[in-house]
Amino acid sequence: MNFSVVQSQFFPLLINGLALGFIYVLISVGYTMVYGVLRLINFANSEIFMLGTFATIIVSRTVFKFDINSQPSHGMKLLIVLLCCLLAAMLTSGVVAVLVELVAYRRLRSRGTNRLGSLISAIGTSIVLSEGVRLLTHSLPESSPRVLSKFYIFTIHGVGLRIDQFLVIISGALFFFAVDRFVKLTRIGKAIRAVSMSEENSRLMGINLNRVISITFLVGGLVTGAAAFLYETVYETTVFNVGFNLGIAAFTAAVLGGIGNLRGAFYGGLTLGLAEEFFSAVLGTQWKEVTVFVVLVLVLLVRPNGLFGEAIQQSRV
Amino acid sequence: MLNLRDKGAQLWEDWNRPKRVAFALIMIFGVFLLPYAGDFSFTSILNTPIASYQAILVYPVGMYILMALGLNIVVGKSGLLDLGYVAFFAIGAYTAAILGTKTTLNIWEILPMGMGFAMLAGVLLGIPTLRLRGDYLAIVTLGFGEIVRIAVLNTNSIGGPNGIPGVPNPPSILGQSFDLANPAHFFWIVVVMILFVIWMVRRLSIRRPGRAWEAIRQDEDVAILMGVPTLRYKIWSFSIGAAVGGAAGVIFASQQMLVAPQTFTFNVSVLILSCVVFGGMGNIWGVVLGATILSYFPERIRFISSARQLVFGLALIITMNLRPDGLLPRKKREHLSLEEREAAKAAKAALKQAKKLNSGASK
Repeated sequence: MNFSVVQSQFFPLLINGLALGFIYVLISVGYTMVYGVLRLINFANSEIFMLGTFATIIVSRTVFKFDINSQPSHGMKLLIVLLCCLLAAMLTSGVVAVLVELVAYRRLRSRGTNRLGSLISAIGTSIVLSEGVRLLTHSLPESSPRVLSKFYIFTIHGVGLRIDQFLVIISGALFFFAVDRFVKLTRIGKAIRAVSMSEENSRLMGINLNRVISITFLVGGLVTGAAAFLYETVYETTVFNVGFNLGIAAFTAAVLGGIGNLRGAFYGGLTLGLAEEFFSAVLGTQWKEVTVFVVLVLVLLVRPNGLFGEAIQQSRV
Repeated sequence: MLNLRDKGAQLWEDWNRPKRVAFALIMIFGVFLLPYAGDFSFTSILNTPIASYQAILVYPVGMYILMALGLNIVVGKSGLLDLGYVAFFAIGAYTAAILGTKTTLNIWEILPMGMGFAMLAGVLLGIPTLRLRGDYLAIVTLGFGEIVRIAVLNTNSIGGPNGIPGVPNPPSILGQSFDLANPAHFFWIVVVMILFVIWMVRRLSIRRPGRAWEAIRQDEDVAILMGVPTLRYKIWSFSIGAAVGGAAGVIFASQQMLVAPQTFTFNVSVLILSCVVFGGMGNIWGVVLGATILSYFPERIRFISSARQLVFGLALIITMNLRPDGLLPRKKREHLSLEEREAAKAAKAALKQAKKLNSGASK
């Protein structure tokens, strides 16, 4: 127990927590959107994220010839490289998410069977993806070349805001805002909301269910890919099972905020990111995951539908 | 498609008691001989390439069947999604390791204590969390599994990341010693435990707890309206499942003689859940079949060692797409009353008669 660290390191912890929190927000958007329409945990989402991190590295290495010794780039070239990496990560994750839906969910859904059946096929897909990458990378972690030089934008009283953290916080907020608007304002977003309210009724209203579900997976995948790119700019390393812990944390964040609810993913992700940073500063990093789950259990005891969940299911206390 | 489950059930129902007993005894005898099944030239295909076949029968095959049967009570019978079942396995194993190395108790004495501790953990976890529903329960149990693993990993007084070596083997029974050289003896013990669990689940299923679980699984709201004390029966289901997991943990620890936190990862929970769903939720024989295949198959293909998990994942996807309810799904209506059964029999006989008459008439 080391409480003085919270006082002395408050602002650095806050900034780290926010950066981590926004990555969680984007990943949990993938979980919460799929959960909204299918009422299923997308177990393969962590692998969708993992493939996004690899796409980022591959593009920066092979297309732009960055390697471990090369200098970070500046100006226009930097912008182009970052945008290309972002696009590659988003496209990879988006396409993989749509494929996962086709392979793991569609056939099972059309046969109208129990939910756990598709859970297992999603677990199978997740195993295939992560094991495939493990075989290709020989279980070794890959480090991402430094494209963006990590300078401090400003420093006040020895507290600095690093450019990559700044980038994560700003673009995380932008991406979340974009998804939120997409779901709230567009026609297809309206269809997604209708399906998550009632699948049967939305089909009666002439909504093409398969198309809506595919698009939901696509949007979730795109956002998860963006999260993967942002993760690489901050942490600069990946491995075949990088998605596992992040995926569990992001799903926890989604539940914390109230799963199936986009805004909930936002608050849940930020809460979890901040809680992780502060708790691990106080208790030591090895207890990080435990404290997160303890917080989750405590929150669910008081609010069984999550912090911001709508009381659709009646709680039973 | 030929419905093996219904054919088997039909055959079983048509038999009288001596026939059933004889069949069960022959099957049990056959299962007890399994450790020697790989000894003949024509059965050598059973032998696993890396680890010895007899050792594989104990862990993972026997252990996974036992745990899958325990988890089946929770997931299959009462419909509660538990993603942290490995926690109870870990609690059992660590009870055996701590008590076995620090006290003079032997494993047979520790076994009920391990089950007791796992059960206690099940009740303590169940009282607050079983009020939650569906996927909230799933994530809380997942968290519990991780908490147990991380807590063990970070507690240096019980070995921390190194675990606890030198867990004693159980003392011998009837002159049969238990050690690493005799995996067959461990296998027999595990089979006895599996048989006990199967017997217990079959008894419970047709009595009040089983009916309550079935009601909760089908519709919890209706169950409450019908006066089923759902929370109490959910906690029962949880803690009985936990006790089975704890028992598996105790035997596991004393057979491997070592427990370490990296054995008890989330992947084990997922694998056991896969066994249950893959075989057929709620159906004991389906679960046994699923656990046997999913634990034995990766060991059998260990010669492609690096790709075997990949093949495992592919097999899960393909099987679930072809048979979404598992290999041997449960019957749609499990418990017919005696009158209903008689009526069904009479109806079938009448149908046969009618068909006969019909074919006679058409000639």
